[in-house]
Amino acid sequence: MDFFIDYILIPLIKIAIIMAVVPGYVAVITLAERKVIAWMQVRLGPMRVGPWGVLQMVADPIKLLLKEDIIPARADRWVFIMAPVICLIPALVVLAVIPIGPSFEIFGRTVTMYVTDLNIGVLYVLSISSVGVLGIILGGWASNSKYPLLGALRSAAQMVSYEVALGFSIIGVLMLSGTLSLVSIVEAQKNAGWYVFLQPIGFILFFICGVAETNRAPFDLPEAESELVAGFHTEYSGFRFSLFFLAEYANMLTVAAMSVTLFLGGWLRPFPTVPALAFLDVVPGVVWFIGKVIVFLYFYLWFRASWPRYRYDQLMKLGWQFLLPISIANVIVTAILIVVLGDKG
Amino acid sequence: MSTRDDTLFDTSEITVSMGPQHPSTHGVLQVKLKLDGERVLDAECVIGYLHRGVEKLGEAQTYGQFVPTLDRMDYIAAVSNCLGYCETIEKLLGIQAPPRAQYIRVIMTELNRISSHLLWLGTHALDIGAMTVFLYAFREREEILKIFENYCGARLTTHMFRIGGTQYEIYEGFQDQARKFVQEFPKHVDEYETLLTENRIWIGRTRGVGVISAKDAIDLGVTGPTLRGSGVEWDLRKAKPYAAYSDFQFDIPTGETGDTYDRYMVRMEEMRQSTRIVAQGIEKIPDGPIMAKLSKIIKPPVGDIYHSIEAPKGELGYYIVSDGSTQAYRARVRPPSFVNLQALKKMVAGHMVADVVAIIGTLDIVLGEIDR
Repeated sequence: MDFFIDYILIPLIKIAIIMAVVPGYVAVITLAERKVIAWMQVRLGPMRVGPWGVLQMVADPIKLLLKEDIIPARADRWVFIMAPVICLIPALVVLAVIPIGPSFEIFGRTVTMYVTDLNIGVLYVLSISSVGVLGIILGGWASNSKYPLLGALRSAAQMVSYEVALGFSIIGVLMLSGTLSLVSIVEAQKNAGWYVFLQPIGFILFFICGVAETNRAPFDLPEAESELVAGFHTEYSGFRFSLFFLAEYANMLTVAAMSVTLFLGGWLRPFPTVPALAFLDVVPGVVWFIGKVIVFLYFYLWFRASWPRYRYDQLMKLGWQFLLPISIANVIVTAILIVVLGDKG
Repeated sequence: MSTRDDTLFDTSEITVSMGPQHPSTHGVLQVKLKLDGERVLDAECVIGYLHRGVEKLGEAQTYGQFVPTLDRMDYIAAVSNCLGYCETIEKLLGIQAPPRAQYIRVIMTELNRISSHLLWLGTHALDIGAMTVFLYAFREREEILKIFENYCGARLTTHMFRIGGTQYEIYEGFQDQARKFVQEFPKHVDEYETLLTENRIWIGRTRGVGVISAKDAIDLGVTGPTLRGSGVEWDLRKAKPYAAYSDFQFDIPTGETGDTYDRYMVRMEEMRQSTRIVAQGIEKIPDGPIMAKLSKIIKPPVGDIYHSIEAPKGELGYYIVSDGSTQAYRARVRPPSFVNLQALKKMVAGHMVADVVAIIGTLDIVLGEIDR
């Protein structure tokens, strides 16, 4: 019975929660995006559906679900159908290892705030999230149309080059914490303080690469609407289109959650090493975590409202000639400092 | 590209039809792009999707009836279209609009130039991915359109002037409204510049993109800010003053290299200069009639005439042949966008797909004017 509860029932409940929360979060953030950007652009945003347009987040999915699902006659049918799914599943699966709070006791049972704590959590996130790009490439390819093809090519090139710098930017954190488990990384920050103070460059690089990985402005080249109409999902409509959308926003959540976990102490309060601030522990860890994630998501929207889009070759140049060398240098400097100072942090 | 080893991979050029339904071809322009990957090998413009036979209509309508039709050419700068045509016919008739009308014309045309440039700025920035500038620009454009609405009832296709002067006297409070606008507007231009001018991505996307030398520009007949961006100081308001422009103080901004960034800077400065002109105009607008003495039925003498003005997009010329009747024998328009678009092929060669969008934006074309 215990086995059933610990290994099947509780994880299933957690998975169900993730599956339910992510679409809900997407609905909220699409509205939040429109409202926040509208606010930055001195306009009101959606106002018609419900008070202050809050029901827009219900109306949008309903509209997408009711739309005709068009599959182009010359598309590669099965790949075309599978592509959004391939895109979405990794985006959801990744969230399994992200700890959103400390474990707590309920009915005499310790419940953790993550589905599973893999000892290779960081590698898991990196590898699974890079499967998602396959969906974009396949979607662009299967559409059998020129603009989606160009979008898919851009996406492939972009993700490959930014994945490298992304990987290197994390290594500093891994060396400091000495573990690949996300839970242990957060625990390590209890003593060392947030890693953002020890790894500021790594943090900035990680976030830049993360934005590029999720195809968001100013790196939204694969779907650059003013150039490629809608990029890789030009031929998609209705629900399939919304799956791509869901995946994109779920990926944003992943990047934000990873940034928080690796660099901003996950569920920890600010300055966990300073005892004087212990009163901040009154606020539950989950709240700290969600609060930090929201800040990151806000940054995403802020970027989108402020900056023009990079060009394809400039993006490559930035990735290979700027971000990658700096991230490697960051790794080397961190390694030297750890050896010289002799302790972790 | 010559170093490419074709034996390993089979590569081929792809032809992409950009437009006529594309978010950033500014209307129904079709550009057939030959691409090698992302690089543009060749571009061919296909126009005519918005052809409405405006010139032919000019032969079927009387001189006075033709004026509102012209508003539909460059609908972004309808006031300039109107001014150019009315002045052409006045020249053909050998009359002149009274000074008060001339001043109203200058003020309105310059306000229209600002609104046209604002629309260019917004869409150009949007094409390059900067969303917010678009909405900021439209906020100020709205103020100008309100002035137009108060003056003549229309916002876009204004039909603002008549042959021989203007139809309407300026409304009460016009000067205050315009003065408020010219006082606040330069601050807003600075605001747009904070978002773009020193932004690294913006500079990267516009510097060295779509370069056209002064010689090429002149050879192709390019005019307006596109020509001035290449460093040629040619502005019909100074070179061949019309309306009351000789009474006004303003500078002609020019660029150096003729790239997209220079053209951006030229237009930004032009907005400031236009504000200066409006500010001068509202302070010294003379009294007097607004309409010249003119017979009800306009019958110009037999002959032909060419007259051109500096529209926001370049030289807007009218060639009218009169056979002495109430309708023109031939009404030919030289639209600036049509001629400027010729430069596209030269400007995009060797650039990337994303640059094509930026270059179409920087040329500031309006298809209503190209196809007529």
